[in-house]
Amino acid sequence: MDLDKIYTEVIMDHNKSRHNKRELENPDYTERGHNPNCGDDFTIQLKIEGNKIADGGFVGEGCAISTASASILFDLIIGREVEDGKRIVGNFLKMIKQEEISEDDREELEDAGLLENISNMPGRVKCATLAWNGVKVIFEKL
Amino acid sequence: MNYKELFPIFENNKELVYLDTAATSQKPKSVLEAVWNYNINYNANPNRGGYKLGVKSTNLFLGGKKKVADFINAQSDEIIFTKGATESLNLLAYSYGLNELKEGDEILVGISSHHSNLVPWQEVSKKLRCKLKYIVLKADGDLDLEDLSEKLNENTKLVTISHGVNTTGVIHPIKDVVSLVREKTEAKIILDAAQTISHIKLDVKELDIDFLVFSGHKMFGPMGIGGLYAKKEMIEKMKPFLFGGDMIEFVEKENSTYRTDFQKFEGGTQNVEGVVGLSAAIDFIEEIGLGNIHSYEDEILNYATEKLKGLEGIKLYCDTVSHKTPVIAFNVEGVHPHDVAQVLDLKNVAIRTGHHCTQPLMKYLEVPSCCRASFSIYNTFEDIDKLVEGLEKVISYFK
Repeated sequence: MDLDKIYTEVIMDHNKSRHNKRELENPDYTERGHNPNCGDDFTIQLKIEGNKIADGGFVGEGCAISTASASILFDLIIGREVEDGKRIVGNFLKMIKQEEISEDDREELEDAGLLENISNMPGRVKCATLAWNGVKVIFEKL
Repeated sequence: MNYKELFPIFENNKELVYLDTAATSQKPKSVLEAVWNYNINYNANPNRGGYKLGVKSTNLFLGGKKKVADFINAQSDEIIFTKGATESLNLLAYSYGLNELKEGDEILVGISSHHSNLVPWQEVSKKLRCKLKYIVLKADGDLDLEDLSEKLNENTKLVTISHGVNTTGVIHPIKDVVSLVREKTEAKIILDAAQTISHIKLDVKELDIDFLVFSGHKMFGPMGIGGLYAKKEMIEKMKPFLFGGDMIEFVEKENSTYRTDFQKFEGGTQNVEGVVGLSAAIDFIEEIGLGNIHSYEDEILNYATEKLKGLEGIKLYCDTVSHKTPVIAFNVEGVHPHDVAQVLDLKNVAIRTGHHCTQPLMKYLEVPSCCRASFSIYNTFEDIDKLVEGLEKVISYFK
């Protein structure tokens, strides 16, 4: 596998852009996610208003894949309803585990769908799913 | 001197540039052959069978123990075999810590300690309500002896440090630590020698430490074997925590009595093939000579350090310390260690990244995570050149 297939444009762009890498002022939920083997350490924050994901962000240190994946996640779920967020997160985690998801579900994932090749790299799956698992834990508390 | 050809794994992985010996060392042919020969000729459960093969297996086991003892200038009955340093340290926590320490006692742990030499003491402190204190480091990454001195008092009952810090390679001044501790307290001293045992000569009597731990797989030996050195009077004092066969004297329905010597800690079938492999590893080391190993590794370390310093955008940690194991901790500015490792991996260069099982140390150094390249006698200048090439690629790719 060559570098460009792992560090695709979508990953490099999201990794450079910091628009979702920020601390929320009054988050409703906070969850810490950690990959001790490689040193990814994120704090995920969500602001929930009613049944809507009003805002979200993450702070911490992570590799290009975990950072980009987290950024893509928040682009997808901010402004959506919680039910949609749960579905999107569930489908992404299925895709990464190489489980079947429908064409419609895949389309809904937008840029996140472009992370699919990471599922072939066991060493990077934990990076790609770090923020998503953090959000999943928060959703389970709602 | 081409040591690489003594290690079969490089025959089968010709492109491999293995720079993670601090995690586990590769094994020379002689060690692998020793394990094979044991299994095809002498395998039997030691200490139990009354037949020739059992006796032979027992002798190989005891021979291995003597070899380890001689290697560190201890007596055979002062060596307990375990799975490795982590188990040795936990044995100490359970058998020594939980039974000999009490509320109010103070345990001093070096902040550069591996989790295996830190977490067990947290547990002991919580259970017994001891005070756990950390010895901090100086700016260069070596142990702050003044800090140690200030923290020692009549309540200090245990002091434990890494000899070689696995993350940074710094070798802490154990002789000075022992002096200070003995001068001011009655505390027992544990030395985690996992990183230094295959690089420098260790003499437990000369060092006057109470306990030493090591792992076979970090010194060209197999995984799953390691040891604990403890002074004989300590072994006799400590209570066993692993109960079963071989460690008992008499077993009645209601009660059992235990052996009083080191054997009370060697319950269950021992890893004889591991001991045989470890014994062969010590032979391997002694045939080359620790002095020669040390000077070869120093050459590689110095070459690598100079080359990395010459790259723009590379930050080295704790590189000014004079006494080091062949380890370089570093970061590439603006690139997360995992991404560095990914690029290097595509070029068959294997390094380690993350917290290196030393989260408190990383926090203390204010480094979220870092890369680590560690060397051994099977590394060459060409290996280092490939590392440098890889790092240049990292720097240009992520610009």
